[in-house]
Amino acid sequence: MRRFILIAVPYLWLVALFLIPFVIVLKISLSDVALARPPYFPQLDLSAGWEGLTSFFSALDFENFWFLTTDDLYWKAYLSSLQIALTSTVMTLLVGYPIAYAMARAAPEWRPTLLMLVILPFWTSFLIRVYAWMGILSNEGLLNQFLLWLGVINEPLTILNTNIAVYIGIVYTYLPFMILPIYSALERMDDSLLEAAEDLGCSRLSAFWLVTVPLSKNGIIAGCFLVFIPTIGEFVIPSLLGGSGTLMIGKVLWEEFFSNRDWPVASAVAVILLLILVIPIILFQRNEQKQREAEG
Amino acid sequence: MRQFSWFNATALTLGFAFLYIPMIILVIYSFNASKLVTVWAGFSTQWYGELLRNEEFLNAAWVTIKVAVTSSTIATVLGTMAAYVLVRAGRFSGRTLFSGMIYAPLVMPEVITGLSLLLLFIGIGLDRGVLTIVLAHTTFSMCYVSVVVSSRLVSFDQSLEEAALDLGCSPFDAFRLVTLPIIAPAVISGWLLAFTLSLDDLVIASFTTGPSATTLPIKIFSAVRLGVSPEINALSTIMIAIVTIGVITASLVTKQAAMRQARDERMAERPA
Repeated sequence: MRRFILIAVPYLWLVALFLIPFVIVLKISLSDVALARPPYFPQLDLSAGWEGLTSFFSALDFENFWFLTTDDLYWKAYLSSLQIALTSTVMTLLVGYPIAYAMARAAPEWRPTLLMLVILPFWTSFLIRVYAWMGILSNEGLLNQFLLWLGVINEPLTILNTNIAVYIGIVYTYLPFMILPIYSALERMDDSLLEAAEDLGCSRLSAFWLVTVPLSKNGIIAGCFLVFIPTIGEFVIPSLLGGSGTLMIGKVLWEEFFSNRDWPVASAVAVILLLILVIPIILFQRNEQKQREAEG
Repeated sequence: MRQFSWFNATALTLGFAFLYIPMIILVIYSFNASKLVTVWAGFSTQWYGELLRNEEFLNAAWVTIKVAVTSSTIATVLGTMAAYVLVRAGRFSGRTLFSGMIYAPLVMPEVITGLSLLLLFIGIGLDRGVLTIVLAHTTFSMCYVSVVVSSRLVSFDQSLEEAALDLGCSPFDAFRLVTLPIIAPAVISGWLLAFTLSLDDLVIASFTTGPSATTLPIKIFSAVRLGVSPEINALSTIMIAIVTIGVITASLVTKQAAMRQARDERMAERPA
């Protein structure tokens, strides 16, 4: 009995507030937009019995998904989200790897402090960390002032409200997610392997490519997925740092819902986004599983 | 021998400069006398004064704290239960679905979670406000709590629990007297994680709130959309200070607890 309650309480909570909402999204994505409250059709009318049920299901169709393929805003937004997520993941890896590497090579008594310094920004509000860049990247911002003072440029660069600002924002906010898994992979590495490689005639650099990088492979993969997956649906960064030319699907969904009030299309956008995410999520789970088995 | 070369030193310096300089600039400019955030016009604390007189911000802060405390507390209870089920309950029908529902919210884009919950609340005719935000936050943060707690539950020695049961404890007492003290650090960090997630959330709160409840992130976001303002810098500085003090305190406390536990274990191992 006790066991039953222990299982049932969190189970039912998740079914009611996680699973059922999804079924509703799926259902509304198959409905039509209507000028009513709530603004979609059909409504399920259980009091009409079997007839109500059949007429409800016969009114559902894939029209919204068809609409998404005809208006090129949507597929452009999906593609550009994927492209932005991919580019910024690579950039985060390039920035994060050296930091993780240096942390793993630092003296052991320093490592907990360095680790805390990486984690600390993660506890600070995401919104504030994105906001911090608005003052730096704007036309009169500190970066432009600094570059003008150095004499590198003659007139301010437009960075804020472009995709470059979005990349900077993503790299900055997701950097800890990249550093931590790579660090934990590198920290476990046995240094004698590197010595062996060098004894056997490897140069420092080729020892790094042939020994260190393959041994940190799982950390790299985990870090990349931890950056890539949440970036695709990102809303805050493109809407604060990006401009009108920045197309990202999270922003499109938000606007479809709040500005256009087209709930069925917003739901259809969400369903497709989820389908796109399923592949990287499964790959990520596999990688985690493999790692656990390798350790276990 | 690990070598600490100039390369590593540069990587660390540049890396941490990149992580911290934007926040340091944010803090410095909160003390700027000028309304223009990019021009330095001398030291002043006027924006803090204005912040404290701004009713809207104070109300939003109060709503945010209420939501964060309530949702993280419920999420900790539910998440710990879920972790216990995942690690200890063995097989039951629907276990795969259960663990799927625990892990899925961790990778779900916030816009989708927010949208789906909003459609649910509208579907069942629940008035949107503090209650709906609490329900939404509890749902996604309980999953984080359960991941944190279950990693601790996996690693600890189950025979301790069995010993308590053999010595006549009821299962609940065994949990209260043996399991809970051992997993307590994980439960506490789970609560802290849930609390910050709730404090931080803009997207899900925007979807699930109504006109009656505005949280701090929603307020900040609508102010920031219009551009940089020194008041927001002051607010950010206060939040950064609270988080920094909190994290440092927590790490000192856990370090001390770990040392105490190590000492206790040594004492227990010593032959009498």
